Amino acid sequence: MIVVDGINKSFGDTQILFDVSATFTEGQVNLIIGASGQGKSVLTKCIVGLHEVDEGAVLYDGRDFSAMNRKQRIEVRKEIGMLFQGSALFDSMTVEENVIFPLKMFTDMTEEEMRDRANFCLKRVDIINKNDLFPAETSGGMQKRIAIARAIAMNPKYLFCDEPNSGLDPKTSIVIDNLIKEITYEYNITTVVITHDMNSVMEIGDHIIFINQGRKWWQGDNKEIIKTDNKEVVDFVYASKFMQNLREKLINS
Amino acid sequence: MLKSVFAKPEKGKVFRKMLFGEIDAIVISSIPLVAFLSVFMGGVISLQTAANMESPLLPDYTIGYITRSSTILEFSPTIISLILAGKVGSNIASEIGTMRVTEQIDALEIMGVNSIGYLMLPKILAMTFFLPFVTVISMVLGLIGGWIAGVQSGLYSTETYLLGIRYAWYTEQGNLFYSLGKTVVFGFLITSIAAYYGYYTKGGSLEVGRSSTKAVVAASVAILIANYVITQIVLV
Repeated sequence: MIVVDGINKSFGDTQILFDVSATFTEGQVNLIIGASGQGKSVLTKCIVGLHEVDEGAVLYDGRDFSAMNRKQRIEVRKEIGMLFQGSALFDSMTVEENVIFPLKMFTDMTEEEMRDRANFCLKRVDIINKNDLFPAETSGGMQKRIAIARAIAMNPKYLFCDEPNSGLDPKTSIVIDNLIKEITYEYNITTVVITHDMNSVMEIGDHIIFINQGRKWWQGDNKEIIKTDNKEVVDFVYASKFMQNLREKLINS
Repeated sequence: MLKSVFAKPEKGKVFRKMLFGEIDAIVISSIPLVAFLSVFMGGVISLQTAANMESPLLPDYTIGYITRSSTILEFSPTIISLILAGKVGSNIASEIGTMRVTEQIDALEIMGVNSIGYLMLPKILAMTFFLPFVTVISMVLGLIGGWIAGVQSGLYSTETYLLGIRYAWYTEQGNLFYSLGKTVVFGFLITSIAAYYGYYTKGGSLEVGRSSTKAVVAASVAILIANYVITQIVLV
């Protein structure tokens, strides 16, 4: 479980996050949603320590991450897997080398054990016989799946996904969403997903927090978001006429 | 930043592999360019020296002597370093800069890897400790270039040129160590400045290009200033 407790974050004179508190439960897909420029990515980067918080705390299963020194943070980071928006695969390495990389850096596994683990993770995300390709030789959807395989290689307790569906077609997006959901339940991971994708919100949102103007504006789950009358959430989620009609039908039914 | 650069690597085996990879990518791959430049520049230095020696009081072997001095003191250590600041510096800045803007560095950090040390240390060590070897190759090829140019154009004989090359060598051997010492400093400056600009790139592909340009300019200026300071301290 990850607890975010009263985070404030500014860049120069511009305050981005205002007293954000949230709890991300294990074995659940926790979504952070909101319009662009509202502070979702900054919040996530604060949680994983890529940005330092000005005030507040981030607790990983009770361990105060924001108060830790670099060495202590490294130990926590070994338990974190992250899927970046652009996949962030190392383009000088093959698919297999990408998945093996964290194992090589932080375990004493033999070459054979590492290869077995990489193959297991790649198979889990349906990447077969692509081990020797470079990331640039694979499609966007494949790159996301390879990045998931790399993220789960170390058996993480916490998985962060930054807009996992960006740039993907609807069908591939569903594959990625389902994969994230399955992995979360299978390994009882605390998963945090930043997304704009309304399909993801409806499909995998066990717990959703809505960020607006740097504040936690609303929280609930994928059933509650249909019925909420919070104006900002409704304006964001049901921005199109199609979605507005869909909402009416869902509420009426 | 320097503390992170020289922090103990997470895995010695991975570090050694990276180091040998960088020696190949940065140093070995530069040898053909250095060789080409050195042969031709050595030739030009000797031809220009010969063309500008009008006094009959100066013996012909002076051409070999001046070619040796110019090559060892300035051309091979400084000019080659400036050229490598362009080739290697832009390569390092754009490679690390691209990793920054495509979040690969963030991925390293999230995994718990000391990204500064992981990316910079092998490059810095490869260039700092192997640039002197490249410089020695450049010196030898520069002198060979001078010999080929002078002999094939009939300006001096092989014996005369070799006499000039050997002239006062025993008293001037220290110049070689001064030059190689300079290249250790230049190698460090080229890689650390380029890696710094690459690592702190912000934005997209346009900024990667800008970082690369800034890195080359800053490394070139640093080399020239360091060259002056070292020369002032050692030779004056």
